[in-house]
Amino acid sequence: MLYREAGQFKTSYEKDAAIFPILQDRIGMAVVLVVAFAVVPFVATPYVFTGILIPLLIFSLAALGLNILTGYAGQLSLGTAAFMAVGAFAAYNFMLRVPGIPVLVAFALAGVVAALVGILFGLPSLRIRGLYLVVATLAAQFFIVWFLTRVGWITNYSTSGVITAQQVVILGYAFTTPAAKYLLILSIVSLLALAAKNMARGNVGRSWMAVRDMDVAAEVIGIRLMRAKLLAFAVSSFYCGVAGALFAYLYLGTVEPEAFNLDLSFRILFMVIIGGVGTVMGSFLGAAFVTLLPVFLSVTVRFLDNILGLHIAESTISNLELIVFGGLIIFFLIVEPHGLARLWQIGKEKLRLWPFPH
Amino acid sequence: MSFFFEVLIGGLLSGVMYSLVALGFVLIYKASGVFNFAQGAMVFFAALTYVGLLEVGLAWWMAIPATLVVMVIVGLLTERFVLRPLVNQPQISLLMATIGLTFFIEGVAQLMWGANVRGLELGVQDEPIAWLMETANINVSRFDLMAALVAAILVTALALFFSRTRIGRALRAVADDHQAALAVGIPLQQIWAIVWGVAGAVALVAGLLWGARNGVQYALTFVALKALPVLILGGFESIPGAIVGGLIIGATEKLAEVYLGPFVGGGIEGWFPYVLALLFLLVRPEGLFGEKIIRRI
Repeated sequence: MLYREAGQFKTSYEKDAAIFPILQDRIGMAVVLVVAFAVVPFVATPYVFTGILIPLLIFSLAALGLNILTGYAGQLSLGTAAFMAVGAFAAYNFMLRVPGIPVLVAFALAGVVAALVGILFGLPSLRIRGLYLVVATLAAQFFIVWFLTRVGWITNYSTSGVITAQQVVILGYAFTTPAAKYLLILSIVSLLALAAKNMARGNVGRSWMAVRDMDVAAEVIGIRLMRAKLLAFAVSSFYCGVAGALFAYLYLGTVEPEAFNLDLSFRILFMVIIGGVGTVMGSFLGAAFVTLLPVFLSVTVRFLDNILGLHIAESTISNLELIVFGGLIIFFLIVEPHGLARLWQIGKEKLRLWPFPH
Repeated sequence: MSFFFEVLIGGLLSGVMYSLVALGFVLIYKASGVFNFAQGAMVFFAALTYVGLLEVGLAWWMAIPATLVVMVIVGLLTERFVLRPLVNQPQISLLMATIGLTFFIEGVAQLMWGANVRGLELGVQDEPIAWLMETANINVSRFDLMAALVAAILVTALALFFSRTRIGRALRAVADDHQAALAVGIPLQQIWAIVWGVAGAVALVAGLLWGARNGVQYALTFVALKALPVLILGGFESIPGAIVGGLIIGATEKLAEVYLGPFVGGGIEGWFPYVLALLFLLVRPEGLFGEKIIRRI
């Protein structure tokens, strides 16, 4: 009864093309945004900010980037972390070498650099597909990390290859407290998510989906494959690059190229699969799930420790995490290939009928 | 010049080791069209199980069959619980499922046997062969040579198995066309189970050799990733391709490291095979021995 679109007529083209055509969705989204922007900063503890919310948002952005490439355009990539690394190190160099550059401009330029690198490594996708493309993106993963480690100029000749991110100052305000960092990340992620949602439901997104579903047919109806695929690589890498810059500047502070290893790429791929391939919302759900699962596991273990006196070693927990992740991936692919986002859809269908069974 | 040959031979022999891992991929890809990303994890699991059984106190001649049984069981369980429910799904989903399987197997392996690095002795020393050293001044490891020998035996055995036995022929029929194979009465699921079992056995051999060479540790799974460029070069469906691809990758990787490495700062072994494969793909997307893909509208 609560969630029902009956009686909501679309009387103009603007209404028909609205991003959330149903009133309840608009209210729900508004509530989520108000809570995230106005309530959370006052109630969350510093641990919740730095341990959960900030990584969650940054990973959501990276997952969103990968989802554009894998979910919408159908090009599987294992090089996400490398593109994040490009973003992080590009932002560092812009801040270091361009005097007086605003932080946000540096982040945007870092995204652009990542996008250019993405296009470069996306070029093989014009000739190859599927498994072969996976190897191409693996090449990107290994080559970029090696390049960032070996070329001293990029890390400003730091002996250990570790860079320390400069302080983030916007209009004279230094973002040092966890709450301030959180709000900055939230703003950037919200804007980019809005852009992604609009791209996905517009011309560009539809051409990506056409390429994903059948590239030959897409070409026949007049979609330029090269443009669509390279654009997907560019946009995806832009998102990953910005996520990488945020990761370095507002989450870790000091970062080395090895932090962006293959494991991180896999982790982001898992977020996309678990959250829902080809949905904007799924990126957020997946990132939340993957970020919260270790927290949940360690809390459970501590609980067992206290109640039953079971002592479980740290290494056991990390192995359990691997098993749970792996098992869940397989489970989701078999039972619900569309991920958590699809479960949310099903939930909405149920809500529409509730409290009646039919 | 003898230094060049030394590097080349060393590279070729280590390429044989890549081929061993690549073989496991090819077997499964041929028969079920699944690119089994978890092959590397299976190699790791096999080596770890073998070492673990030795630590428990089993003799090596008991540990090898026991590990073999474990690996076949792992293969069968994978086939039953991961792949069978995913039959007819897009290739990309199957790949992602095997990535999930990779993590699962790694977790289980380390949970069972612990995560510390272990040595593995096969009774063959990793030392140069004195005779070659004296006559040609070329440093060739005895261990590498044995690995090559084992690979040769394995490939011959597999080739015979595929061409001479009833099951082998059924396997090739399934690889050619699932539905036609079903129609002539080949039990598809039985064949898949056999393939996964055989892949587990190949993983055991690769795991023993790699474990003896680098120590049994988590990094073994990364070595297995090197099998990907090998497959790209050789083609996903071809056993000779896996061997030749492995040799090419091994040789060029070592030569590049020795001759190109100093100019760019070294450590290029990590990515060179991938970039080589990438460049190769642009010229010949189906690999050296792969079947030519023809697309019609």
